[in-house]
Amino acid sequence: MKVWIAHLAVLAALAVLLAVLPAYHATNLARILTLAVFATGYNLAFGYTGLLSLGHALFFAAGVYGAALPVTYWGLSPLPAIALGCLAGGGMAAMVGLLALRTAGVSFMIVTLMFAQAGYLTLLYFGQITGGDEGLVMPDATALIPGLSPDTARAVIAFALFALALVLSLAVIRSRLGRVMVAMRENEERSRMLGYNPFTVKLTALVLSGLFAGAAGAGYALLFGYAGASFATIQYSILPMLYVLMGGAGTTLGPLLGTAAMFYLVDGAARITTATLLVVGVALVLLILFAPKGILGTLRERGARWIP
Amino acid sequence: MSFGPFLLLAVMESLVTAATLALTAVGLSLVFGTMRVVNVAHGEFFMLGAVLAWFVTTSVGGPEWIGFVAALALAPLGVAAVAALADRLVLKRLNYEPEATIVATIGLLYILQQAALTFYGPEARPVEPPFNFRIQFPWFGYSGYKLFVIFAAIAVLLAVWWGLTRSKAGLIMRATQVDRDTARAFGINVDRVYAGVFALGAALAAIAAVLIVPIQQAHYLMGGEPLLLAFITVIVGGLGSLRGTVIAALVIGLSDGLIAFFYSPTLAKILATLLVALVLVFRPQGLFGAKA
Repeated sequence: MKVWIAHLAVLAALAVLLAVLPAYHATNLARILTLAVFATGYNLAFGYTGLLSLGHALFFAAGVYGAALPVTYWGLSPLPAIALGCLAGGGMAAMVGLLALRTAGVSFMIVTLMFAQAGYLTLLYFGQITGGDEGLVMPDATALIPGLSPDTARAVIAFALFALALVLSLAVIRSRLGRVMVAMRENEERSRMLGYNPFTVKLTALVLSGLFAGAAGAGYALLFGYAGASFATIQYSILPMLYVLMGGAGTTLGPLLGTAAMFYLVDGAARITTATLLVVGVALVLLILFAPKGILGTLRERGARWIP
Repeated sequence: MSFGPFLLLAVMESLVTAATLALTAVGLSLVFGTMRVVNVAHGEFFMLGAVLAWFVTTSVGGPEWIGFVAALALAPLGVAAVAALADRLVLKRLNYEPEATIVATIGLLYILQQAALTFYGPEARPVEPPFNFRIQFPWFGYSGYKLFVIFAAIAVLLAVWWGLTRSKAGLIMRATQVDRDTARAFGINVDRVYAGVFALGAALAAIAAVLIVPIQQAHYLMGGEPLLLAFITVIVGGLGSLRGTVIAALVIGLSDGLIAFFYSPTLAKILATLLVALVLVFRPQGLFGAKA
């Protein structure tokens, strides 16, 4: 119960921040929340189930285009489009998972990377429909929720997506399924001996993760008005991994914290230098060298055992 | 031009791709075979080789071939030094843990890319070929330099093969590959072997880049494609098997080149990436590897 109250308090604080911050910062926060949905989904696969995927960009892009194509070509309204994008992400994850989960470890990383790359190239190949590298411009954000200003609508949708993601992920990891997922991460052979099928559990985790990624992709495309093949590049597989590593893999709030920390780190670096890639690279190397458990994971290890 | 000569031209172009691909992929394969490290930054070592080649050729005066020879000697050395440094500073501290090293080499990829962007700039710049000699076929003229690339790559590969199988250093390397603890017990400095192998792998990518840069131009984002193709080659050829890697490079270089020539480069890459994913799923030992 305490855990639920703590998470609801975090959500309430975010809602207040969104309401009182000036427009520029509120938009930044909306962006962070949408990306944090992506990271939260990644955390379900990587943090809890131990599936280190390098192909999540594909699920994100499936969400982006699952929402953007119907909006562009059939004039679908944004909210059903987000639901559609979410399903597209999950469906894509199911297809990739059915094949890729036959491998593990390094092979799994490479197989997912290859599928994502094939997806990216396919988006380029059908550039006439998808817009390729130039992408598609989404309709004006004013249409998001009739009656609300674009900024408000953006904040409301981003918040709703993140709140849903956080609550769902908390519910999953506190359920039976969540505990079996952790068991898979810790010792697959032993869980198999106890009668759990590793393949089904991992596939479920990956599909859940894909649903989150799809929703984040759809939200990102519609809220910020752009869908392009670049969302399927490897960079968008690395980002959620970086966020989760930074915040703490296997912690519920780590993805949000990591996303926010990286966002402001890159933003701050962009003000002093143009070398923003350097920040990403150095952050990755330093994290893996000195704090592989991330911010919250390290705190939990150092005594704050209550961190969920 | 009728179909026959057209096909010949396509094959020759693809052979150039296959030759540099073989060099790059053998570098990646050596590192994976010996150290069990999947080096995601391998493509950036390739890029670094090309960029260094540009710096060397522009700062060395005189006829083109002097600058080129200097680049062929200096660029791989420079890249090898960077790689050895990365091994010492980062990979060694991670105990060569496979998943951690992948994350670390991704970090390295961004760092190298940013370094190239900052010090070299976003432009693509050409390097003059060391000689301009055209071979006249009955149907078309063909650049002699491209043929030189093919032969140079074969020579380097033969040298690597000779070094691995006939020299003491190669023996030590293979011993480390088979069993690093026993090798250590026999007094082999495993850390030094690993640093050496990582540097050698990077240097091979750099040599490939110096060879290709008079044809392709140096650009800070040029590392992505060779990395992808090298990955595909190494996996299809069987992880860590050098002979398999070379054969796979030939097959993939040729088929990639031919599909790209007659259909579309993007389609060729889509097919190749899907192929590699399926190979890993259904035949993890590679197409040419022995059944594990």
